[in-house]
Amino acid sequence: MPVVFRKCVPGRRGVTLPACDVSNDPAIPPEYRRGEDAELCELSELDVVRHFTELARRNFGVDSGFYPLGSCTMKYNPKILEEIARMPGFVDLHPFLPQLRYGGMLTQGALQVIYELERLLSEITGMAEFTVHPLAGAHGELTGMMIVAAYHRDRKNRKEDVLIPDEAHGTNPSSATLAGYRTRPVRTNRETGMLDTVELEKMAGPQTAAIMLTNPNTLGIFNSAIEKVVEIAHRHDALVYYDGANLNAVLGKFRPGDAGIDIVHVNLHKTFATPHGGGGPGAGPVGVQKRLAPFLPISRVVKRADNTYMLDYDCPKSIGYISPFYGNFLICLRAYAYILLLGAKGLVEVSENAVLNANFLMHSLKEDYELPYDRTCMHEFVLSAVRQAERGVHAVDIAKALIDEGLHPPTVYFPLIVKEALMIEPTEAESKETLEAFVAAMKRIAAEAGENPESFQDRPRTTPVCRPDETKAARELDVNAPVSRT
Amino acid sequence: MSYISNTAAQREAMLKVCGKDSIEALFEGIPPSLRCGELDLPHARSEMELRGFLRDIAARNYSHLTNFMGGGFYDHFIPAAVDAIASRSEFYTAYTPYQPELSQGTLQAIYEYQTQICRLTDMEVANASLYDGGSALCEACQMALNATGRTRIVMDSGINPVYRTMVYTYTANLSIDFKEVAVVHGQSDRQHIVDELNGETAAVILQNPNFFGVIDDHSDIVSRCHERGILVIQSVYPVAMAVLKTPGEIGVDIVTGEGQSLGIPLAFGGPYLGFMATTRKLVRKMPGRLVGRTVDRNGDEAFVLTLQAREQHIRREKATSNICTNEALCALRAHAYLSLLGKHGLKEVARLCRAKAAYAAERLDAIRGVEVMRSNPTFNEFTVRLPIPAGDLIGILIEQDIAPGLPLGRFYKGMGDYLLVAVTEKRTKYEIGMLAEAVEAVLCR
Repeated sequence: MPVVFRKCVPGRRGVTLPACDVSNDPAIPPEYRRGEDAELCELSELDVVRHFTELARRNFGVDSGFYPLGSCTMKYNPKILEEIARMPGFVDLHPFLPQLRYGGMLTQGALQVIYELERLLSEITGMAEFTVHPLAGAHGELTGMMIVAAYHRDRKNRKEDVLIPDEAHGTNPSSATLAGYRTRPVRTNRETGMLDTVELEKMAGPQTAAIMLTNPNTLGIFNSAIEKVVEIAHRHDALVYYDGANLNAVLGKFRPGDAGIDIVHVNLHKTFATPHGGGGPGAGPVGVQKRLAPFLPISRVVKRADNTYMLDYDCPKSIGYISPFYGNFLICLRAYAYILLLGAKGLVEVSENAVLNANFLMHSLKEDYELPYDRTCMHEFVLSAVRQAERGVHAVDIAKALIDEGLHPPTVYFPLIVKEALMIEPTEAESKETLEAFVAAMKRIAAEAGENPESFQDRPRTTPVCRPDETKAARELDVNAPVSRT
Repeated sequence: MSYISNTAAQREAMLKVCGKDSIEALFEGIPPSLRCGELDLPHARSEMELRGFLRDIAARNYSHLTNFMGGGFYDHFIPAAVDAIASRSEFYTAYTPYQPELSQGTLQAIYEYQTQICRLTDMEVANASLYDGGSALCEACQMALNATGRTRIVMDSGINPVYRTMVYTYTANLSIDFKEVAVVHGQSDRQHIVDELNGETAAVILQNPNFFGVIDDHSDIVSRCHERGILVIQSVYPVAMAVLKTPGEIGVDIVTGEGQSLGIPLAFGGPYLGFMATTRKLVRKMPGRLVGRTVDRNGDEAFVLTLQAREQHIRREKATSNICTNEALCALRAHAYLSLLGKHGLKEVARLCRAKAAYAAERLDAIRGVEVMRSNPTFNEFTVRLPIPAGDLIGILIEQDIAPGLPLGRFYKGMGDYLLVAVTEKRTKYEIGMLAEAVEAVLCR
């Protein structure tokens, strides 16, 4: 379909603004004025709405169908959360209001939401304090690594390294690098699928600033040696960072704080059902143990004795400002509402059903696909298409074939330590019927890979495009529609 | 409230397939010593109860004030169609477009958004979005340091103070030599900036209009920087770009900004939209996702994520940035907003903002004891000197449901009597009159 700029008709307008009610109309001095008008759209409201509706039809969301994208937790987003996030009392609130004298009193509702969400997340994870400021999971990691750096600076420790398992998300090493550390990968034990603590023991030392751990890890396996990891780290005055990307597997079952973890981040758009938005906005609140609380970002919401809330900017040891205000507030609001809807029992049910659904899929598919780690999984598991690949049908081909079955494919080629990886995360809300339909499709595909491997090359056949040429995209970079072409 | 579909009977049947006799058995990988007890959380609520509860909380916020506060975050009109478009679940319940065949909607929308940002700023490439204007500026610093291999950054103090503090936070653990140059009469002190440039300088950071609303032509600074291989980063207000000299026109290397004004509500600070644009020369140093146009195997036009080798999921510790999830839905809103307002509408918004701001300045300047700072032209925001502390005035006007502006003393030393007043197209002549009368009543009683 043509890009929006090609649909323009000179003179057409999509919005009528009120007539100017003042007589002032100061000219901008010529030296400050732009030369030519920006070549923006000339469309009616109907043109614009039709264009975006057509774009929407060429997209697939959780509401469209099963979306088992491993590691991303594409769970159902309750509709009431959207309604709440449109309440004018929240939407129309200027973030600088608390800067006014007694300004905190003008935003008591918003401050209450932040305060209570931080308390709820502390209880759920077993951490002492939380900040909702980080704007995404990776931003939470960066915040966490800055807290690590501030802690060591405060203790006058000289630290250089952050140890990261080789199965970790790519954000872990890049976040640690941005905080000024050198990163070193720690091997995963190929038998257990867990971090190799013998290797970790050898690598950890006085130079170690932190160990980053995702638990359950990206293979969907809970690392039962987590206390040993914490013990090794603390022996060297290193901190343990828990990437909470997979917290949705252990709600009400395990709390990282109880295991002595020092810092965690939580992806609200994963565990707490806020929508993924086509790639954000998310939110990545960070929790810490008591001794690290002074390093949390500015500002902090404090509850006074009279049950009112205030913002505390007096945080001398803080790492500073990680976001302009108080995080992605409307995302935090949705997560707060979600936790209130579910309560303690509902959250446990989330994890129980997520884990059950994943194990059901794993057991139903392990005959047809290689299962590199055959053990009870948590909320997700990783299959390998090595058997199919021998016949020329790779993980990507299986993904494309699934699209023709009306399903979103799993994550492919991640984690990097599994060849031909298919990382599958069904989430809790999906029904047995949906899971069975997925199993049937995967079995059909496995059978076809054996019988007719050539048939995969031109898939998917049911979508507007098929296998875009990524090499051409990178070589002949076209990232901005030229004006002449419109 | 529960969103689980499976019944108890279905769960039983599924457990059997797994060879387990209880749900508990699925969690045996967690050592018993690490199992937690029941969480201490509020009782579950029904949807109906929750709606009422949160309505009451929302009512405790003063969201109804007549707003003259800006400071980089503005109360602009948002057409209803923006919400309608962003509420399509095919957009908002999808994720990063890893499977292009199922994501042509998101991918094409991002490509078009990138184009909108390029056209607005006259730059060659724009990325798919960053978190907000502040983190975008931080990423731009990082980009300039990587591109030049140098370590010094010179920063104009007219840059939003919130962003300046963010830049210091982001770079606290990297060895960077920062130099802040104070504005003079609210404008960039070009001589002082040029004096601070040396062989180690990676970039100069400027803002237009700056935090005081003052507009500027930074082309002289740009040419002085380029003579010495120094990059220029400019943070801009996108609405003003409809009428002001653009970063592209004056040769800026990296443009960043806050896209909140483009159809995104104030929402107590987020989610917002960081935009970034640069030159083709620097594209491989740029952080964040990028969508490119290509063809599919049948030769049909298609859109894909491109130059992914810059990113963390490929390059890990060597990536240009750690960003993964960005602000895609906010970028979609900005794209819808710009499509609706378009070429004429955005200029009209800019004109209305400026006209009404001029009227407000005129009315306030006429009040005895109030002085509008007029040394340089401004866009839709201006500085006012009061005969009393700005906080005192604000305290009284809030009681009349007017937020008259930002107290500059919160951000700059010695400016306790100064107020930063912003006016958008949403403020009426009547409301501006109310502001002026209320200020006059306080000062002249």
